[in-house]
Amino acid sequence: MLEKLNEIEKESLASLAAIEDESALETWRVANIGRSSPVMSVFSQMGSLSKEERPLVGQRANQVKVALEKAFAEKQEAVKQAALARSLATEKLDVTLPGRPVRRGRLHPATQNLRRILDILAEMGFQVYTARDVESDEYNFQLLNIPPHHPAREMQDTFYIDTGETDESRKQVLRTHTSPGQIRAMREFSAANPHNPPPIRIALPGMVYRFEQITARSEVQFNQVEGLVVGENITFGDLKGTLSDFVRRMFGQNAKTRFRASYFPFTEPSAEMDVECFVCGGKGCGICKNSGWLEILGCGMVHPDVLQNGGYDPKRYTGFAFGMGPERQLLLRHKITDIRYFWGNDMRFLEQF
Amino acid sequence: MKLPISWLKDYVDISGLEVIDLARILTSAGLEIDDIRFAGLPLPSRDDHGFKVSGIAWDREKLVVAEIYEVNPHPNADRLTLCDLFDGKDRHIVLTGAPNLYPYKGIGKLEKPIKVAYAKEGSTIYDGHADGLVLTTLKRAKIRGVDSYSMVCSEKELGISEEHEGVIFLDDDAVAGTPLVDYMGDAVLEVSILPNHARNTNILGLAREVAALTGRELKKPNLDAGLMSALGGQPVTDLVKIEIANPELNPRFTLALIRDVKIQPSPYWVQRRLRLIGMRPISNIVDATNYTMFEIGEPLHAFDYDVLVGRDSISPRITVDATNYAMFEIGEPLHAFDYDVLVGRDSISPHITISTRTATPGEKLTTLDGVERTLTETNVLVCDSAGPLSIAGIMGGAESEVTDKTTNILLEAAAWNFINIRRTANQHSLPSEASYRFSRGVHPALAIDGLKRCLSWMAQWSGGTIAPGIVDNYPLPPKEPTIEIRESDIRRALGIEIPLEQVKGMLERLEFKCDIQPVDNSILDDSNTQISNIEYLAVNPPPIRLDIGTGIVGVADVMEEIARVYGYDNIPETRMADPLPPQRGNISLEREERVRDILASLGLQEIITHRMTAPEIENRLLPSNNESSNIRNSIIEYVKLANYITPEKRVMRRSVLASVLNVVEKNARIAETMQVFEVGSVYIPVGGDLPLEPRRLSIAMTGKRYESAWDSKLGVKFDFYDLKGLVEGLMDALHLSVTYAPAEHPSFHPGKCAAVLLGDKPLGVFGELHPLVAENYDFVSPVLAADFDLEAILPLMPAIGHPVRPVSEFPPVLEDIAIIVDENLPADRAEALIRQTGGKMLESVRLFDVFRSEQIGAGKKSLAYALVYRSYDGTLTDKDAAGIRTRIIKRLEMEIGAKLRS
Repeated sequence: MLEKLNEIEKESLASLAAIEDESALETWRVANIGRSSPVMSVFSQMGSLSKEERPLVGQRANQVKVALEKAFAEKQEAVKQAALARSLATEKLDVTLPGRPVRRGRLHPATQNLRRILDILAEMGFQVYTARDVESDEYNFQLLNIPPHHPAREMQDTFYIDTGETDESRKQVLRTHTSPGQIRAMREFSAANPHNPPPIRIALPGMVYRFEQITARSEVQFNQVEGLVVGENITFGDLKGTLSDFVRRMFGQNAKTRFRASYFPFTEPSAEMDVECFVCGGKGCGICKNSGWLEILGCGMVHPDVLQNGGYDPKRYTGFAFGMGPERQLLLRHKITDIRYFWGNDMRFLEQF
Repeated sequence: MKLPISWLKDYVDISGLEVIDLARILTSAGLEIDDIRFAGLPLPSRDDHGFKVSGIAWDREKLVVAEIYEVNPHPNADRLTLCDLFDGKDRHIVLTGAPNLYPYKGIGKLEKPIKVAYAKEGSTIYDGHADGLVLTTLKRAKIRGVDSYSMVCSEKELGISEEHEGVIFLDDDAVAGTPLVDYMGDAVLEVSILPNHARNTNILGLAREVAALTGRELKKPNLDAGLMSALGGQPVTDLVKIEIANPELNPRFTLALIRDVKIQPSPYWVQRRLRLIGMRPISNIVDATNYTMFEIGEPLHAFDYDVLVGRDSISPRITVDATNYAMFEIGEPLHAFDYDVLVGRDSISPHITISTRTATPGEKLTTLDGVERTLTETNVLVCDSAGPLSIAGIMGGAESEVTDKTTNILLEAAAWNFINIRRTANQHSLPSEASYRFSRGVHPALAIDGLKRCLSWMAQWSGGTIAPGIVDNYPLPPKEPTIEIRESDIRRALGIEIPLEQVKGMLERLEFKCDIQPVDNSILDDSNTQISNIEYLAVNPPPIRLDIGTGIVGVADVMEEIARVYGYDNIPETRMADPLPPQRGNISLEREERVRDILASLGLQEIITHRMTAPEIENRLLPSNNESSNIRNSIIEYVKLANYITPEKRVMRRSVLASVLNVVEKNARIAETMQVFEVGSVYIPVGGDLPLEPRRLSIAMTGKRYESAWDSKLGVKFDFYDLKGLVEGLMDALHLSVTYAPAEHPSFHPGKCAAVLLGDKPLGVFGELHPLVAENYDFVSPVLAADFDLEAILPLMPAIGHPVRPVSEFPPVLEDIAIIVDENLPADRAEALIRQTGGKMLESVRLFDVFRSEQIGAGKKSLAYALVYRSYDGTLTDKDAAGIRTRIIKRLEMEIGAKLRS
């Protein structure tokens, strides 16, 4: 019996040595250390052995079993390593093939930029106030110090609504700027507390409309973001400081600003703010027409008449307002040469943002 | 407004300032320089100055004044002449073809040499014969056998104007050999004039700004200097009178008379300046009116006096005052006049009455440009007894125009209501240099200045004699505000401290009258002792400005002047010290933006479209063969534009879905797959009130469900359930527990359309477009679309936060069941029953298969669900799960006749 065990061990180990793949290994396992393998059947035959033989054979059988199992485990590991080595050697991808496309949703570039502006302003304490698109002549013009036939009306070509209305104030227009929102906001806030209206710091975003032909350089509609600050101690210095802060957030901490005198009927004094060209850093380039400066926004101290029309006593309150065109900033930043791209919604344009 | 530097120098010394410096100073003070055209002066040495620059500089050595002694014929060419000319150093024979030298050809030595602009060999000038501006350098050549190396120049060749009809004849003061650039080198700044800068529509106004901004002296012209020596004859006040019907429209009207003028061309320097400023020289008299307008800002009009006298003689001599008619009307006794007495009175009274009044509707006048204009009642006319002479402040009439034969000139200077002038000029499409100024507001005080200045130019250039006196009717002088400025006002508005003394100096340079005055102590509040020693500055704007208001508005207006002169850049930047206002937020906008974010996260592209459209474009949303489009036409009211740029954009949209489908159509052949959305307003008219502007959300998708890749060529196209998955994703992200029900909508396929409901409240509709609607568009693939009422959805979004379920620690029991139900049973009915019955232990239900077969039977379908049971309290056993399962199956059998599929 002991000899048989020796033979079993020898043969089994020999056959194991020849094995190279996992399926043969499994077959070997069943045949050599499985339930009905020769070594296992030795255990089942123990009953037929003499008392003396039994411990010797049992011990030897156990040795053989353990030896075979150990050899199997080693072989199994070797086969696995060999298989891994083979697969690593053969499974080689062309990593330059394109990946499977994933669809990405996007916000319109105008929305993205509008949000950026409003986020910065929000951090500076400006609350967003939204107002309507179709306005009365009164709110769009008259309460902002632009009476009928005033020269300033020529600065903004206007779409009028066909209402059959002849009363000048009740005529309806597509708002030519977001400024009527100034009056709406001031009136709303001052109505709640007419003798002591609260200070104001708001941003007014929205689409505005101009009666112009649609060309590469002019559009009938575009976004505007306006800011309005009203308080008891607001100065032109505050206007400059606030807008320069805004510009540094918007265009980088090194962005420089310059203020030029200008005219808007609803501010006095009025100014244009230029930002040092962020394309060339002020050296002069095609975008800034070699001036090193880009016109970014109009601003000024709120006109006393406008404060009054909003229910804020101009003897007590001062304020400043500013307005900018988000799409213009995009044109400059991305060197977009045709403003029609924005509402044209060609996917080839939108997908670049 | 064009600003020639040479003209500016008449009133302010700008030595030490380069043209570019000047442009920069003016730009920062609100007088933006758009471009600079050089006509002689040296161009800036660097090109990073930020201004658009054009033109040429004149070489000091090569371009000089010369004098022609004799003009001789060319031996071989009739059209050419040879000028014997002296350039200050040498004599040259110069070949020209200038027609204005022909009259001198072959007449021998000229009595008086002709002064010309001479370009020597090697000079660079414009080619006079080329189209546009082409530079050329003079080289030695032989023309028809005669040596040519230099030339006598026209204005075009020197870059002064387009003029190339002949060479320039300089004025007598030009000295041969003087570099041309010293004699008349120039640069012209194009200044943008803001609406509140009416005072700066003239050279003197701009000089005043330059003087104030650079701290230099303004050299104002002496208006009386040229008048006294030329006075003579009967005073104009004896001959002409003025009647003004409506002082609101015509606050002042003045007239003067100059006799025996000789109409001829103006001196060359006047012609050159007029051309530089953009005006064509006509004759000395017309040029004098234009020159004065550009010089000091008062538009003037010259009438041929004798035409007026002629018109008067054929019209009724006697005018009866309107007040007499009024007497008749109110029942006064009739009155008999002795006619001959009236004629006698008339003969000693002024013969010509110039009146201003509004036109009677339909009244006609032929203006200087030869166009007969039909007038309306808001147009103001200048008339004589025979009828209208000119449209006030805008354009003269043809009949009384100054001609070559005119000898006596009646000169008008007036003030008009700027708004009325603007309306009239726009109404008749008659922009003129006069209306440009009058429509911005010309101060009435300028009328007299204008008359005086113009008369002295006329006398100087035409040799006329000025009639003594000025006829002046000035019924409505403007208010003359006095504005009180304290240092505290400046601190309050600008945030800077400037002593009043310094402010006074700044404002006086702009010709404000300023006076520092102590505050009257008696009116002060006793408690405020601090203020007792405070002074204020009493400020009166100069009589050239109508843009300075009164009271607190006037203070703001003066603040702008202080800030401009002080320099905007010199005001320090500060951070607001005012308290932060109440932070209100904008919930509605935040939610709208949340919707955008969710849709983008679901893979959709946002679009933004024009909000103007046309009804027929939106009607494509309805089946083309359907009567409903006609019905829609008659039912849907639009917010209509009174003026529109194109009929395709004549109303404000009623549908965002239509906008979105337009974009899908436009991109149909550009992008194979599109998933887009737009959030925006539609416009619903409400009688005479402002329209409603509710926001809507529309989605469209078309194309392939999966992007094709190099190893997967799946061509499956989007269908209803792709869109539904997206809608579900949106509603889930908004935390709205909505239900879906079959819906009917004319735009959608009747079998593939669902309504989204929250309880009974409809939030929107979606589905596959009706095939007959799709036909209205040029689509490539089927289009799925959705349209939501955002005003309904946004308020439903949870304000604080949606409740979050706890997460169980225990293992689940997983189980699949398949049931056979009637084909018509909506799947959500089965799922609802499973959920209800499963209760808390049933964590999730997922439909994973819908199956039909003969085996199952006709009219039946199998729904297979993957169920997950799980408890929060402990590990569920198979037995627990089996109990729930049995209840679910029983319920399904009972309520919807389902059979368990084995």
